[in-house]
Amino acid sequence: MKTASQKSLVQDLCTVVGARYVLVEKEDVVVYEQDGSIFQVMPEIVVLPGSTEEVAEVVKAARRASVPIVPRGSGTGLAGGAVPAEGGIVLSLARLNRILKIDLENRLAIVEPGVINQDVTKAVAKDGFFYAPDPSSQAACSIGGNVANNSGGPHTLAYGVTTNHVLGVEAVLDDGAVVWLGGEVPDMPGYDLCGLFVGSEGTMGIVTKVAVRLMQTRESVRTLLAIFDQMDAATETVVDITAAGIIPAALEMMDRTTIEAVERGAPVGFPRDAEAVLIVEVEGLREHTARSARIAREICQRNGAREVKLAADESERQRLWKGRKGAFGAMGTLAPNYYVQDGVVPRSELPEMMRRIAAISKEFNLRIANVFHAGDGNLHPNILFDMRAPGELDRVIEAGAATLRACIELGGSITGEHGVGLEKKAYIGLLFNEADLAAMARVRRVFDPDSRFNPAKLFPTPASCGEVRLQPAQIPAGLWI
Amino acid sequence: MEPTHAKPQDTIPRLPGLNLPELYQCVHCGLCLNQCPTYRALHLEPESPRGRIHLVKAAAEGRIELNERFKEHIYLCLLCRACETACPSGVQYGRIAETAREQLGPPGSPFARAVLNFVFARLLPFPRRLRFVFALLRLYQRSGLQQLARMFLPPKLREMDAMLLTIPARFFYPATNILPAIGARRAKVAMLNGCVMPLLFGDVNEATVRVLRRNGCDVVLPKNQICCGALNIHNGESVAAKQMARHNIDVFLDAAVDAIIVNAAGCGAAMKEYGYLLRDDPAYRDKAERFSARVKDAGEFLGDLGLRSELRPVDLTVTYQDPCHLVHGQRIRNQPRKLLQSIPGLKLVEMEGSDRCCGSAGIYNLTHAEMSQQLLKEKMQSMAATKAEAVVAPNPGCMLQLRYGAQRYGPAVKVYHLMDLLDRASGESDAATPK
Repeated sequence: MKTASQKSLVQDLCTVVGARYVLVEKEDVVVYEQDGSIFQVMPEIVVLPGSTEEVAEVVKAARRASVPIVPRGSGTGLAGGAVPAEGGIVLSLARLNRILKIDLENRLAIVEPGVINQDVTKAVAKDGFFYAPDPSSQAACSIGGNVANNSGGPHTLAYGVTTNHVLGVEAVLDDGAVVWLGGEVPDMPGYDLCGLFVGSEGTMGIVTKVAVRLMQTRESVRTLLAIFDQMDAATETVVDITAAGIIPAALEMMDRTTIEAVERGAPVGFPRDAEAVLIVEVEGLREHTARSARIAREICQRNGAREVKLAADESERQRLWKGRKGAFGAMGTLAPNYYVQDGVVPRSELPEMMRRIAAISKEFNLRIANVFHAGDGNLHPNILFDMRAPGELDRVIEAGAATLRACIELGGSITGEHGVGLEKKAYIGLLFNEADLAAMARVRRVFDPDSRFNPAKLFPTPASCGEVRLQPAQIPAGLWI
Repeated sequence: MEPTHAKPQDTIPRLPGLNLPELYQCVHCGLCLNQCPTYRALHLEPESPRGRIHLVKAAAEGRIELNERFKEHIYLCLLCRACETACPSGVQYGRIAETAREQLGPPGSPFARAVLNFVFARLLPFPRRLRFVFALLRLYQRSGLQQLARMFLPPKLREMDAMLLTIPARFFYPATNILPAIGARRAKVAMLNGCVMPLLFGDVNEATVRVLRRNGCDVVLPKNQICCGALNIHNGESVAAKQMARHNIDVFLDAAVDAIIVNAAGCGAAMKEYGYLLRDDPAYRDKAERFSARVKDAGEFLGDLGLRSELRPVDLTVTYQDPCHLVHGQRIRNQPRKLLQSIPGLKLVEMEGSDRCCGSAGIYNLTHAEMSQQLLKEKMQSMAATKAEAVVAPNPGCMLQLRYGAQRYGPAVKVYHLMDLLDRASGESDAATPK
């Protein structure tokens, strides 16, 4: 710690949470410079409060010292949302990890933000319930992080995203006030401030409790693995399945490169010679799933699937999902770094979009692994590269921009579920005009007048929203278009 | 503060010895976090696998120093390798941590390091010296000196003293070094006696030999074999460790056997990795690979071979604790369970988190008593929920730790090695019953 004011801030924080949970040594804070993305900025202080009251005191102390606060859950985000772009305090919510209440009669649970997504389902599974949003990182990501990014997952197709499953949040505001937004009953009167907080990427306050909806486990589930020798055939199948009026619970695609990564890392038995596989999951009443699975199978076969396999039992089904959900993490078997995009296109444009991605891969001479929520048209092209190779990063950034432009040209969007964070803030202007962005910036200022909460995220440049404190000089050339 | 990608100039390695390819296989997805016992306990990312990998990377790049703080993080790790099971990219974290420790040297105060260095280089490689030390300890326990010492020892040493189980009257000291198969011969195997096994768990070694023989194995116990060096490797000592590995490779390859059987999970994992340990040794690299390919855990070997004889009932409800170096280090999960389930009358009740470390972790329970005890308490709670009468944990470190846990925290379960129960089920009716 350098200055006197920082020293006194650290002292204040130690008084609030205990010295053990205030990290300032380089050999501690360096670990918090990165999340699941490729951005790095080292925080000066990392603090881990153990209660809402402690969070409120930390927020007040940071305000007194005029230091930014960046909330962090498990640090699995893919858009740099937990990277402290302007330094300051990283506020880890990992210790707030208690499930406070499970109310099966009213189908809700109240959890702290550091609770791991999968642990919510684990806590209620024996009673026949589950928590629906299931990001691929669900074994590690936190509910707080899901709220910040309005996260989705493979089953978003049937169940919707995080905002559809959050009834209310307790939050600490910029002045340290603790408020409940929304509540345990649906449709609270007044402004939907809970809806506002979900997806706000830590720019409005710190969420300290979350009331989540619990869903009842379906009677029956069937999971198909369809294997294709042609990418076009696989994407046409996706279009046909949704056109046929079946809404699968999940409809996922993995291409050859992704299959190679998974099979190298933690093999689950995907065919390495296939151009693409689709995972089609249907659930509901037994009669319904039997029929839907039959129709899905016929459509796959009509489009020339080489083989369509039904997961024989729950363990086989779990294995398929383990492979699918480990796909991002497995990219390390192919290259030291990957840059994942999160574009969305209308489903009917999927075949064209995949052709464009193939062309971009060729044009920039970069390997791209595709694994994505095909049913939503939510793409995840992973551009594989090596940060250490000179010039490669620039090509990667350009290729990423090219894929996002293609998404927008085809009538889609630049992010489905990963959030904007640092990574896509330069592109958000492609999607919204100045008036749209100014309206958002005004809302943000209401909750965070001094731009203290996760600054330099979400919004593009100071030009369009003057009051939001941004320092374009910090932004490395070439990264931000 | 500038948002930066790690620029190429930042990644020029300053510590070439640390710049492992494994570091660049980690894409920091975080799927390991929740599987790591120390992260689960503390929720601090420097105490997580991803965090430690990031620290080693930062040190390799010359961005942070290898100072005491760094060392604390690297040594708070149990080396349980649960993160390797969780990792979708197959990052071999164990190699990263062991290499970092090699650069740092053994843990603890200068005095502790001196003691450890003595143990690693002057004691472990010499079975006779080790036997002598344990004989002295036995004398200490039996002469009444222990009772006396308990009154005067400082609390920390008293705690360590309490963890030491009563040293058995008989060590495993076989009179002959080839024991023929009983019935038709199916394989010729050698067995690692181990360093602590023959002194604290001689009965388990005897049981292992009996079970192997009853299942048609000639069992060779090479005379000149020594400790496998796993404790050295896990604690930053590599010079003696490599010497011990070379010695054992020569001794066991000379025995010309089909398999080298190990009944201690930690030793098995280390011996399966001799090839990696000696990768820079041109004279031994290939031999080490050949040796490692033959190493089999006793449960793995018998599970794959298939038990020959009809088993007698053992009326017991047990739960199974996966030794970390078996389930994560060697990826052996099913064979021991299959073997247990093949014993009539025995009921296996699974324990929540059976593949989570019990806190033993070699000498970790001595070097990091607080964390070790915290994990042990949680383990004993999970065990209580199974209502099992006994726990099976085929590794000496786990057995010592769980015995201590049963006595200190309860439930008062019995602790068995898998071979104890297989011996009881496959033996004659007057066969030794497990204690």
